[in-house]
Amino acid sequence: MADEQMKFDVVIVGGGLAGLSAAIKLAEAKFEVLVIERGEYSGAKNVMGGVLYRSPTEQIIPEFWKTAPLERNITETRVWMLTEKAATTFGYKNNDSTNNSFTVLRAKFDQWLAGIAEKKGATVLTGNTVLDVIRSNEGKIIGVKTDAPDGDVYADVVIAADGVNSMLSKKIGLHKEIKKDQVALAVKEVITLPQKVIEDRFNLTGNNGATIEFMGAISKGMVGVGFIYTNKDSLSLGMGCLASDFAKFKIKPYELLEEIKEHPAIAPLIEGGEVKEYMAHLIPEGGYKSIPPLVTDGMLVCGDAAMLVNGIHREGSNMAMISGKLAAETIIRAREYKEYSLRTLSYYKQLLSESFVFSDLKKYKDTMSYMEHNRQFMNIYPEIISDAMNEMITVDGVTKRQKEWKILFNTLSKRNPFGLLKDAFGIGRRMI
Amino acid sequence: MKKMTIEDKLFLVKNNVDHDHPHIKITGDEKDLKKGLEAMTYACPANCYTLEGGAVKFAYENCLECGTCRIFCDEFNNLEWNYPRGSFGISYRCG
Repeated sequence: MADEQMKFDVVIVGGGLAGLSAAIKLAEAKFEVLVIERGEYSGAKNVMGGVLYRSPTEQIIPEFWKTAPLERNITETRVWMLTEKAATTFGYKNNDSTNNSFTVLRAKFDQWLAGIAEKKGATVLTGNTVLDVIRSNEGKIIGVKTDAPDGDVYADVVIAADGVNSMLSKKIGLHKEIKKDQVALAVKEVITLPQKVIEDRFNLTGNNGATIEFMGAISKGMVGVGFIYTNKDSLSLGMGCLASDFAKFKIKPYELLEEIKEHPAIAPLIEGGEVKEYMAHLIPEGGYKSIPPLVTDGMLVCGDAAMLVNGIHREGSNMAMISGKLAAETIIRAREYKEYSLRTLSYYKQLLSESFVFSDLKKYKDTMSYMEHNRQFMNIYPEIISDAMNEMITVDGVTKRQKEWKILFNTLSKRNPFGLLKDAFGIGRRMI
Repeated sequence: MKKMTIEDKLFLVKNNVDHDHPHIKITGDEKDLKKGLEAMTYACPANCYTLEGGAVKFAYENCLECGTCRIFCDEFNNLEWNYPRGSFGISYRCG
């Protein structure tokens, strides 16, 4: 019987950024790798804003930009604070700052990445859902059960890169269910527009691109951030808010999206566009405190499944890829010891804590829950700033000194001095 | 831009519905709205949960597989949640 077993060195559950990054590194080190993806193709179930970063991607595939399906090279980053009618904006544009990040559409990018993994020698099996792990008599994970007939696959090591829902790590009790204030629910639309129109509206040249993050009154008090990213001939427009907030504020995510599209600062950017696709996805925003045990006897957890997302800096794709790479390095090192045990696999945690991944997540470990309990940052402050801007630009014979007093009184009517001080200290402590 | 309903939006998603195998089922009392179910009539991004005659009606066909309902209902143990069988369910073309 043993001869008939389907056996690989490593089985990777999930053909997204984390899983495929691990697959590429392992295949290069001559491991026999099987990636099992439940979608019709890699990327079929995947959504991100989506910004892809050069440095981590380059560590997986040198010179990826020569062949990867990238949308635009981001040279401008804008942040908008919105009130119902107005926008206070801040941005950084530098046409020389190219090749730091790119917009991508995941369905296209992940298929390309899966193709690279296959070229390197990995096997990518799509259209199969992994149901459970297989354990040895001693309890070590030695493979996975899929929903294919005779779908048991054995492996020395399993990598769970099965995304934010990570049913696998929950099934085996490694990860308790995520709490509803540890995830953001994001909805997004891809809106097509002619390339020239996008370049004119966003003031872009060539294949340069811009990103806009917006927050404020638009989320109606929910903790959340919206975005507009430029693709080649489409825009990605979406918003993610704490999942629990949609229920608390009785707001339907798709109706929120329609209201966003009507905001006077946003409507002209998308005017005349055609919505090509609508999508929804969870983002693990629980941060450092929500990271589950990442290693068990025979299995490692990577990417969204490991809750590796820095929501403050919209970073997730980079952490997914780097965690996949570090998982691969761990397994390559374990081979030298000829032992794929909890002891050798635990090196993965050490690698992660030595990297920027744990360091950044630790830095912002309290920020999300702070925002959840201090909603003035989402509704009151954008208004205060907008009122102040409006006062200062309005030329009406009132002296500037008088205007300053008006702004001060208006500010204090919305937030008392003690509150202002507490907020300055609070946000400073959690962001800096 | 013309306003879109949720039906308009869902029409744009390629979805290979597994007709005989619902991947999500309400296993608890559909009239016990407090247990995460009423919350889902707001939070579900595909409007799979609707209120009808004091009970929550659930239809899995338009599901976008996001997992929000599983997380909301986890503490109440009134939902059975799985991924669709391999190759079934949604296939984003942009993502």
